[in-house]
Amino acid sequence: MPELTYVEALNEALHEEMARDEKVFLMGEDVAFDYFGVCSGLADRFGRDRVRDTPICELGFTGAGVGAAMAGFRPIVDLRFMDFATYALDPIVNQAAKLRYMLGGQLSVPMVARIPSGAGLQYGATHGQSLEAWFMQVPGLKVLYPSCPSDAKGLLKAAVRDDNPVMFIEHRLLYAQKTKQDVPEGDYTTPIGVAEVKRAGADATIVGIGYQMGHCLEAAEALAGEGIECEVIDPRSLTPLDVETITASVRKTSRCVIVEEGHLRSGVGAEISAAIQEAVFEYLDAPIGRVAALMAPIPVQTKLEKFVLPSTEKVIAAVRKALGVSA
Amino acid sequence: MARSTSRLSRKRLGEMYRTMLRIRRFEETADDLYMVGKVVGGVHVSIGQEACSAGVCAALREDDAVLTTHRGHGHSIAKGTRLPEMLAELMGKVTGLCRSKGGSMHIADVSKGHYGAHSIVGANMPMAAGIGLAYQLEGKDQVAVVFFGDGASNNGAFHEAMNLCAIWKLPVVFFCENNQYAVSVPAEYSTSVDDISVRSKGYDAPGLTVDGMDVAAVYEASREAVAHARRGLGPSLIEGKTYRFFGHSRGDPHYGMYRTKEEWEGWKGRDPLIVCEKMLKMTAKQKKAHADAVEAEIKEAIEFAESSPEPEESVALEDIFA
Ligand SMILES: Cc1ncc(C[n+]2csc(CCOP(=O)(O)OP(=O)(O)O)c2C)c(N)n1
Ligand SMILES: [Mg+2]
Repeated sequence: MPELTYVEALNEALHEEMARDEKVFLMGEDVAFDYFGVCSGLADRFGRDRVRDTPICELGFTGAGVGAAMAGFRPIVDLRFMDFATYALDPIVNQAAKLRYMLGGQLSVPMVARIPSGAGLQYGATHGQSLEAWFMQVPGLKVLYPSCPSDAKGLLKAAVRDDNPVMFIEHRLLYAQKTKQDVPEGDYTTPIGVAEVKRAGADATIVGIGYQMGHCLEAAEALAGEGIECEVIDPRSLTPLDVETITASVRKTSRCVIVEEGHLRSGVGAEISAAIQEAVFEYLDAPIGRVAALMAPIPVQTKLEKFVLPSTEKVIAAVRKALGVSA
Repeated sequence: MARSTSRLSRKRLGEMYRTMLRIRRFEETADDLYMVGKVVGGVHVSIGQEACSAGVCAALREDDAVLTTHRGHGHSIAKGTRLPEMLAELMGKVTGLCRSKGGSMHIADVSKGHYGAHSIVGANMPMAAGIGLAYQLEGKDQVAVVFFGDGASNNGAFHEAMNLCAIWKLPVVFFCENNQYAVSVPAEYSTSVDDISVRSKGYDAPGLTVDGMDVAAVYEASREAVAHARRGLGPSLIEGKTYRFFGHSRGDPHYGMYRTKEEWEGWKGRDPLIVCEKMLKMTAKQKKAHADAVEAEIKEAIEFAESSPEPEESVALEDIFA
């Protein structure tokens, strides 16, 4: 199997989907220049019409993406930082998500919004948010968040082929990861709405979202050294959410910790936790733990940023708490 | 394009030169400290654009307001922001202007009328309108100046704010630093007009393009626009044609990727410091006197920032609600 980094996997997906379907095009700020490597080689191969630089106008170009999708294209808009998506909330939340419904099914909006998210680079409160929970609140939007290269490629290809607006969440620190991973050969997609069990274990379930999967796997490895076997689950798709895979695991382990980078209040963890207790309340032996960003804007200062964000240590502590064991 | 006349006194122009040199040396220092990992986060220097900062702020009173952008060190310094506390902010020290939580992209010194660097492109312009509105409602004769780039002039926030200021006659000066690029995207491609200042026509407001490498030209245009606003006549739009000598941010080379070496060298030849030195016919001795004074100030800022402590973790949970 070929080995790719996260960035290379995204890049390959874009190349393949643009070659496969000429209705697919990409637009956003600096996409032709390719600041992060994700768009590497696209402008040269497909031309500036299909790899289209935009002015700094997230409302404008995302709205134009919705319009092009209404008229039969499959645009991918690149919002560069999730924080900037706030300028594009009208086209995403009021238009893309609802048009098909409001128009009684007359059209669909097959647009992908690529939304790199996340903190950890000392960019501060307006360049490091994880707002994926906001999008989960909106009927009509699909929300995907791959944590590894093979899902990055498979889910992005699935997103492009999906007939609905898809929020495709990426993470800046996953861009920075230089480690390569096996990615299946050829034209494959990762199914939307199917979680993956990343590691099997019987003592506790850890559900990890996006970039935080790395901390979850590290925590599971460390806890295994103490004889605590964690089952680690990556939902990959937040909407639709594969509740069955998660609850099947909790039935087995009776304890669960959910880890995300977004803020704790009304976060992804709150939703998953509610879904678990609705389905398998009687199996739970401890309150469901949540590890998330503290309820503070993301500070620039390195030490403060670390303090606010989730970490491997915080995941380990939450699992120990769920199991009632001390360090 | 408006160039300077020679009405300005040597003393006044000398002060602006000093401001530009302070900006230049502060940013070179910040860049050096970034390279050794002592300055963190998103840092965007304005080296090459100092005449815009110095010229505009020289036309302001201490109680006037400025709002700036991700590339805001220069505006901050020109408005009177203290260098030691600013450097401490960049270095993640608790003595920093924003207690280390805002960093380079959110420098603010409200006591000096500096209402903040705002790193979401366009965000500062509606807020400038609101500050102007507050002045107007209280019958004050203060003025708010908002700095923004060529790229930001394509954002809806610019157009909405211009229109609000125009219909309500708010005391706001819009100063566009057209450094020709928004990251890699040339203004020539992204912008519907050659001179961004003509966009003022759509809002029935005065507009003027000036040589943004000529601090005297920037000052003269700003003085008029500020006087216009102070008299209650509403907003103006000034465009300074300028150039950043560095890349967009760290890791982006000075030229070679989306800017040619020839273009870069052409603008370097019009370095605002050199342009000003020529206007002042400065002697080597005069130059050295300026340089020595600025060096002492920079040294003091570094010593203050280096010797300041990092914040306690609890600082992260403070200042969230009033
Ligand atoms: C809403 C928003 N979109 C995109 C960005 C990313 N970004 C930061 S600076 C910049 C370019 C700004 O160009 P310009 O306004 O010309 O200012 P300059 O950097 O040239 O000073 C971009 C696109 C941002 N910070 N905010
Ligand atoms: Mg610019």
